[in-house]
Amino acid sequence: MIGYFFKRVLKSIPLLFGITIISFAIIHLAPGSPIGLTLNPNVSPRVVEQMARNYDLDKPIPVQYILWLKRLCTGRLYSFKDGKPVMGKIIERLPATLLLNAMAMLIIFTVGIPLGVFSAKKRYSWFDNLTTFGAYLGISIPSFWLAYLLILATVKWFGYPVLGIRSFGLEGGTITTLIMDRLWHLILPSIVLAVEGIAVVSRYTRSSMLEVISQDYIRTAKAKGLSEEEVYFKHALMNALLPIVTILGFLIPGLISGSVIIETVFAWPGIGRLAYQAVLARDYSVVMTILTLSSALTLIGNLVADVLYALVDPRIRY
Amino acid sequence: MNIKNTLIAFPACLLILLIVNLVYVSTTKRPQLNQLVIGSIGDASFLNPVLAQDTASSDINSFVFNGLLKYNKDLILTGDLARAWAVENGPKPRITFWLRRDVRWHDGYPFTSRDVCFTYETIIDEKTNTVRKSDFELVERVEAPDPYTVRVTYKEPFSPALETWTIGIIPEHLLKGKDINTAHFNHSPVGTGPFRFVSWVSDEKIVLEANDDYFEGRPGLDRIIYRIIPETSLNEMELLTGGVDYTGVFPHQYTRIQRNRNLKVYKQPSLGYTYIGYNLKNPLFSDKRVRKALTCAINRDAIVRYVLYGLGHVATGPFPNHLWYADKSISPLPYDPARAKVLLKEAGWSDTDGDGILDKDGRPFRFELITNSGNDTRRDIGVLVQRYLRQVGIDVTLQLYEWSVFLKNFINPRHFDACILGWSLSVDPDAYSIWHSSQIKDGFNFVGYKNSEVDRLLVLGRKTFAIEKRKEIYHEIHRLIHEDQPYTFLFVPDSTPALSIRFKRMITDSSGKQLLVPIEMTKAGLMVDIIHWLVPKAKGPVISQI
Repeated sequence: MIGYFFKRVLKSIPLLFGITIISFAIIHLAPGSPIGLTLNPNVSPRVVEQMARNYDLDKPIPVQYILWLKRLCTGRLYSFKDGKPVMGKIIERLPATLLLNAMAMLIIFTVGIPLGVFSAKKRYSWFDNLTTFGAYLGISIPSFWLAYLLILATVKWFGYPVLGIRSFGLEGGTITTLIMDRLWHLILPSIVLAVEGIAVVSRYTRSSMLEVISQDYIRTAKAKGLSEEEVYFKHALMNALLPIVTILGFLIPGLISGSVIIETVFAWPGIGRLAYQAVLARDYSVVMTILTLSSALTLIGNLVADVLYALVDPRIRY
Repeated sequence: MNIKNTLIAFPACLLILLIVNLVYVSTTKRPQLNQLVIGSIGDASFLNPVLAQDTASSDINSFVFNGLLKYNKDLILTGDLARAWAVENGPKPRITFWLRRDVRWHDGYPFTSRDVCFTYETIIDEKTNTVRKSDFELVERVEAPDPYTVRVTYKEPFSPALETWTIGIIPEHLLKGKDINTAHFNHSPVGTGPFRFVSWVSDEKIVLEANDDYFEGRPGLDRIIYRIIPETSLNEMELLTGGVDYTGVFPHQYTRIQRNRNLKVYKQPSLGYTYIGYNLKNPLFSDKRVRKALTCAINRDAIVRYVLYGLGHVATGPFPNHLWYADKSISPLPYDPARAKVLLKEAGWSDTDGDGILDKDGRPFRFELITNSGNDTRRDIGVLVQRYLRQVGIDVTLQLYEWSVFLKNFINPRHFDACILGWSLSVDPDAYSIWHSSQIKDGFNFVGYKNSEVDRLLVLGRKTFAIEKRKEIYHEIHRLIHEDQPYTFLFVPDSTPALSIRFKRMITDSSGKQLLVPIEMTKAGLMVDIIHWLVPKAKGPVISQI
């Protein structure tokens, strides 16, 4: 098991390099440059050229890649947009994105799993049909549209600021007020972010439950006289949740990379928005670093999923 | 059964938490603070006037820093850090600035002429990544004969020079010997302005507080918070709930926000215009009559009415009509499709094959109109223009490209037929970089406009300091460019900021009594006299209200 783990980690390293090289090439293939992006009649082309030289943008792409890698490793990588250290910029955004995604995950699992379990238990009942309908609705509703509707509704009914990570003008309020305000700003974006996840998780749970309860050992459990409830919620549920564990592994990269749309719509100062704006501004150093981080996390997420699977399911060995 | 109950209990807890939170939040009263929250779409980049390029950074820098000069509410240059200045004309003109002696940096260090020299040296340093370099290329030297005098010598007469000294001055004692491009200073600036920097949470907010030591007196407001809300309709939501006190408003939001009794929406022509630029190297557009016909065929009044919801006026040339250097006697070419057809016929264009499209020598009148995506106004203009030109028999295809693609693949290599774009202008009339023929190759004259008389006048305008003479020169340029129609000048949009009505302006009348008056919009915008703004409270000094 441990040997397998190390082998996987070692294999990931060249893969990660490959990913960075390809991303670097793709980003530089897109037209544009981090400088000279404004049509400002007061700036002469000579000045723009000079700036390109200062930023090493006149060098060939492979040289720029090596320079990027070197600066990333030595921590001397600066954003083109504002000259801040790139890692500092990303770390500054991390808490907001983590908070939002953790809340969304909490909602996804606390709502999604019970929904799936109960709708499988009462298959084809009105509750099951309603959940099925809700799940398809949740998967197909565009999240930005839902977000706008929710924002409009709250502004109209409560008249209380809903965007951003906190309200202004509450400095010096009581702890309760501050916490409640934070929670208030957190609720809407995390609900919107969770809607699709709830739908997916509840569907997974439902089908997995249905599959398990048709198994022989469930019949055996019933035959030996266990109550219906005990069979269903203990023996069946534990086995049905195995595939859900893998979903958890796949959700890890999303925790860090954030959501571009939700973070923009809710003015949430997270990493998704940072990445999106960096792409528009061709801020190569920021885009590349975020891409590298999220690919690394995807690789780690895959690995974690595999390991978790082996841990919870004794049938799987590496 | 335990597991079953847990499965029900968890979502139930979430629901209860949600309800408690809703009730708590909607019953809490928010305090009214003496602070201004500004809503902005973009975050700042460099809080350093030498490096800043974007509007957000310039907004903040204007609160934190001062230039030697500034524009007053009538867009006339007045002293800021300089209490007086003098221009000595000649082949090598010299400007002398006498500085105020009562100015201190926010850290208490006195401001002197060394700081001015340092700012200049930083800008012209090759290593500094600043776009301001072009403004100072004609400077021969900057000297400081004593701590409160600065003397600038120019290589040749250059009248926009005065305007360039509105740039914020940066402190030598904090930046000397540091790498300006990556200095920590750029993200926690120390200036001389009415507000001092407190904190910056990127993509969320920038907080400034009143500078008690400001040389024109402490500002009325305690704090300015610059909030970043990445989308205009969201800015409107925050404006309605009071999460934002001030923000720019788009035409389609104007009437809606105007109806709100807690807000006032202002209106003032902006410093800029939107146009269709024709690539004059393309044989389609080389004939002046064709360009005039194109302008006549486009109903610009309707564009202002439908695209801008009436918030703007039709432009007549390269200068907005509300400024002193625009020739107000010029009226825009009328909307007249019949005349357009006549002009096109004179230029040899007629529909010989009966397909509804004009042609000449077997070539149909067909071209591509491009603009950048993400700007709904320009997209709507494109659609309307396509329709208007179709009515006179011209086939236009409209293409939108992402901004950097648009610049890199089309505008910079001059590889386009016609484009919809806009210019934001500075207050000084100098338009050399847009219209002079030397700027065709790699400057901003990307349409390729060449008129030797305009060239001569543009150079003359740059060398003339006397305002009456400059007025004549720029009126003539305005007339010539209007006659040539290298662009179809579409409109000068209005600038329409919205502000919460709880803000008032404190003025002192002739008898020395302090009065609170409503905030007025001036030619230079709303914020010129922000240091006199405040939120009147029930308690505090008794203030009579007008």
